[in-house]
Amino acid sequence: MEKYSFFVELLGPSWGFFVGSALHILVLIVALLVALAFLLLADRKVWAAVQIRRGPNVVGPFGLLQSFADFFKFVFKEIVIPAGANKGVFIIAPLLTFILACITWAVVPVADGWVVADLNVGILYLFAISSLGVYGIIMGGWASNSKYPFLGGLRSAAQMVSYEVSIGFVLITVLVTVGSLNLSDIVRAQQDHVWFGFTWLLPMFVVFFISALAETNRPPFDLPEAESELVAGYQVEYSSTLYLLFMIGEYLNIVLMCAMLTILFLGGWLPPFDIAPFNWIPGVIWFALKVCFFFFLFAMVKAIVPRYRYDQLMRLGWKVFLPLSLVWVAISAGIVVAFPDTYPLVK
Amino acid sequence: MIIQAIAFYMLSTVAVAAGFMVIASRNPVHSVLFLILAFFNAAGLFVLLGAEFLAMILVVVYVGAVAVLFLFVVMMLDVDFVDLRKGALQHMQLGTLIGVIFFIELIFLIATVNVTPEVSAQGAFPIPGPDERSNIAALGDILYTDYIYLFQASGLILLVAMIGAIVLTLRTREGVKRQVIADQVNRRREEGVELIPVKPGEGIKGT
Repeated sequence: MEKYSFFVELLGPSWGFFVGSALHILVLIVALLVALAFLLLADRKVWAAVQIRRGPNVVGPFGLLQSFADFFKFVFKEIVIPAGANKGVFIIAPLLTFILACITWAVVPVADGWVVADLNVGILYLFAISSLGVYGIIMGGWASNSKYPFLGGLRSAAQMVSYEVSIGFVLITVLVTVGSLNLSDIVRAQQDHVWFGFTWLLPMFVVFFISALAETNRPPFDLPEAESELVAGYQVEYSSTLYLLFMIGEYLNIVLMCAMLTILFLGGWLPPFDIAPFNWIPGVIWFALKVCFFFFLFAMVKAIVPRYRYDQLMRLGWKVFLPLSLVWVAISAGIVVAFPDTYPLVK
Repeated sequence: MIIQAIAFYMLSTVAVAAGFMVIASRNPVHSVLFLILAFFNAAGLFVLLGAEFLAMILVVVYVGAVAVLFLFVVMMLDVDFVDLRKGALQHMQLGTLIGVIFFIELIFLIATVNVTPEVSAQGAFPIPGPDERSNIAALGDILYTDYIYLFQASGLILLVAMIGAIVLTLRTREGVKRQVIADQVNRRREEGVELIPVKPGEGIKGT
């Protein structure tokens, strides 16, 4: 293994690899969680700016430490478990959400070769694990043994399963074009090609963005926790650390969706132009910048767009996005067959 | 490899234990959750075998979609499961008989691995290792060439099943007003709004 060569020389091939990847995972998770603290703040600041407010500005300079203050507030509160709740499932649900949100990052290449597990089926792994995310919500909703959480959980299950279908087809259009399911390969394929977001895949870019909003239960599709009708949906009975785990899991999923948009459509770690001032900047910075750009868009959508009605949400998923993405799968396959010299990009 | 052995024993133990708990647990929702755990561990075993594509498809299809619907239905069911268990001892004899028959069939199946002549013929050739040919490509090679008709037939069966489910559950009710999105989008300002200069003392006439 070329990766972790320092540890491999020090401890032998199998233990060196083990220690190396364990450290890699630790660094990645810590970096993610710290970045998340500031992204949360950015989310609130953007939201405040749209509404001509100041947002959090008390803790630390410009409110920079607000998320850390919130963290301690959540952790030091008492965990309340409702009397009628199914205790085991009630506690497992937020843990599951958090763990699933973390392990998806194993296959995300933040720069060339900077990936914990360079799986051949990376994109399928991401799809599989993100399709499990629904369990945290539905289990939490059921175990609370209360009406609003249960309704929220059911809604969310239907919503996430619906939008997964179109996300799956969007992924297929990209991987048909690339000819590989490896996320690093997908980024490398865009090196000598226009970024897929600016080719005939542009409509799929839009579909993926909107489906990502629905998949992560973000406004305008935050029906599982619609506060005006369901109080807070599946989260009603959760407090303190358990709630915090739900929230971190949700935001990690949002950042993951931003990262997926970056990798699939905006060239991952690649600079926009492969010329002098741009390619001096390391790839991880470009990756982070693009993810932040998408996160900004997510925050703007949350601030600007009103909530969808439930039947409209289902109509959009099944009657608009599903046929559109199906047609685009056929078009992409047609283009790949029509230009056999160029496509698929990875032979 | 010791790590692989540990992983195998862990995954298979959890899979078997979860499979047992599916039928043993009192709460049906817990049963479904254990079923999901069993699926997940089976996927892990696939990964250990080097069949990562099958593992991912198992998770996407069974855990991500089918089991969600299971869970959905079981949570909504209002059945007294304690009541259902009353006759369990009488049904046990028949159940055991069927179980034994299936078990013997499975033993026969595993003892004679030859499923079709094509498969047994392929055994004579060395199968390319995962380094040369990836899982997905190898599966695609077989699925879209040798077994294309079976593949298409299974697709058709699924399509028919889907249409059947829709037909069975579709009900048309009279007098229901539905939102027609196209009409709403196509509506112009001229159709909806009319500006009428109102003269003092006369009001609006004829509208």
